[in-house]
Amino acid sequence: MADRVAWLAGLVLLALVMVPVVLMVTALWQQSADVLSAGFLLEDPGRAGRSGGIAALLISTAWILGLCLMVAVPLGLGCALYLSESLPADSRRAQWLGGVLDMLAAVPSIVYGLFGYQFFAITLGLGFSILSGALALSLMVLPLMIRSAEQAMRAVPMGYRQARDALALSRWGWVRRILLPCAAPGIAVGIILSAGRALAETAVLLFTAGYVLRRPDSLFDSGRTLSVHIYDLAMNVPGGMPRAAATAVVLVGLLVILNLLVRRVLRQPMTEALV
Amino acid sequence: MITTSSLPLSDRLLALVLRLCGGLAALVLGGIVTVLLVRALPFLVSEGAGIWKSTWQPGQGEYGMAPMIAGSLFVSVLALLLAAPVAILLAAWLRYFAPRLRRPVLAGVELMAGIPSVVYGLWGMLVLVPWINQWVPPGASWLAGSLVLALMIVPLALLVTDAALGQLPLRYQRAGEALALSRVGMLRRVLLPRAAPAIVGGVVLQFGRALGETMAVLMVCGNVVQWPDSVFAPVRTLTANIALEMAYATGDHRVALFASGLLLIAVTGVLLMASWRLRGMSHG
Repeated sequence: MADRVAWLAGLVLLALVMVPVVLMVTALWQQSADVLSAGFLLEDPGRAGRSGGIAALLISTAWILGLCLMVAVPLGLGCALYLSESLPADSRRAQWLGGVLDMLAAVPSIVYGLFGYQFFAITLGLGFSILSGALALSLMVLPLMIRSAEQAMRAVPMGYRQARDALALSRWGWVRRILLPCAAPGIAVGIILSAGRALAETAVLLFTAGYVLRRPDSLFDSGRTLSVHIYDLAMNVPGGMPRAAATAVVLVGLLVILNLLVRRVLRQPMTEALV
Repeated sequence: MITTSSLPLSDRLLALVLRLCGGLAALVLGGIVTVLLVRALPFLVSEGAGIWKSTWQPGQGEYGMAPMIAGSLFVSVLALLLAAPVAILLAAWLRYFAPRLRRPVLAGVELMAGIPSVVYGLWGMLVLVPWINQWVPPGASWLAGSLVLALMIVPLALLVTDAALGQLPLRYQRAGEALALSRVGMLRRVLLPRAAPAIVGGVVLQFGRALGETMAVLMVCGNVVQWPDSVFAPVRTLTANIALEMAYATGDHRVALFASGLLLIAVTGVLLMASWRLRGMSHG
């Protein structure tokens, strides 16, 4: 009897979580129905975003995302290699570095925004620019990138390491020829997750990359990402709601694609990448 | 073990580069704290006591943050009270009552966790705020913020709880089955209490995330600096305040915003350490 009640209670709880999500999807869809079209993706915005599409924002977003990954991926891989290859997992230094990473992951994104503004925009003199935004964003996704790459590297079988030592392989050869190829699927997942986190972020970019709606001419121009556009249209532009919702649909669509990619990569067994 | 001097040059270079990368992570954290401290410390020394007052009038040099600190806490606490029980019970239910639903639901929940906070905020503005407004105006309120935050917390809290339950030894369940315990009794008396430290540790971490959340809260809370007299009253959180005023703040006003950032980082640090303690992890 108690078990049957629990069954019903569980279904109610599930509905409690799912209903708002369904409501969210339908609300976004309804709001954006009149606006969404291929033209929405290809036109530049006009009248502070009230008319036109989001082409300029897609370009700014791609620049910021690309730069962010160009910084975060190599640094993240280096740090993950340091954690997995140079330090034993239970050493003091590994524990300490793990703590630092947890702390970095817990720092509120608005604080990354404050830091990015002060350090990149003011101290380094980069101003409100794609470069400032991308650098601040790369610091924010760094812990996620490091943690997922480290996990992938630690998952490489112990036997491979023993074989490496038996053959007296050089470290560089081991890392380049065996470790990185073996860990590649896991690292790819880390990169995709970081890209998703970066795409979703708004608060970091508000006062680093800025608000400018134009297509950027260089890395030192300000540029607005999709997420900042959603915020600005919804909060500061009367009549901006339909296009805010349409932008949200595009952004969530992109994130769903990334999520499917992760699933696809993860299904592949680790050793396949070796061949 | 081979001594360092006998390693080829490429290996020594590799070790050096990796060490630098490892140091960089520490440098980033140190850099963030240092930059905030350098900006905020002189202000905290001269006006430090003032930030605990109730009046936020940057134009008149009054930087009392108490109502916004309270706003952050109120919104996050209510969100957690709403989200944690749902997430924990749902995770337990999926694992022990509806294992066939578990995978698809977790996949959906992962997707939910990846939805940007601006999109949750937009949904709050489109649906939730007008709905609460019909009921008790103005709609944009403490309650709206907590509901949106709760929806954002549920997926993460659910995943954490699921992982915590997954780490329990299988023999507990086997023993329970052998004794013909009801599944509810088993959960209540054995499984949940055993996993409790890990679950609570995860939930504490979510509390930190809720306190640090900016966009969703900014979009639905109404952003009036005041002590809320009910859950239907608008509030402004510390994070929303930074996002709203940073664009035009100058001088001491700007420094006060850096001070509030420092406060946020300090609180998340404390919560993180509490979470480590609860989950039985040690860090240096």
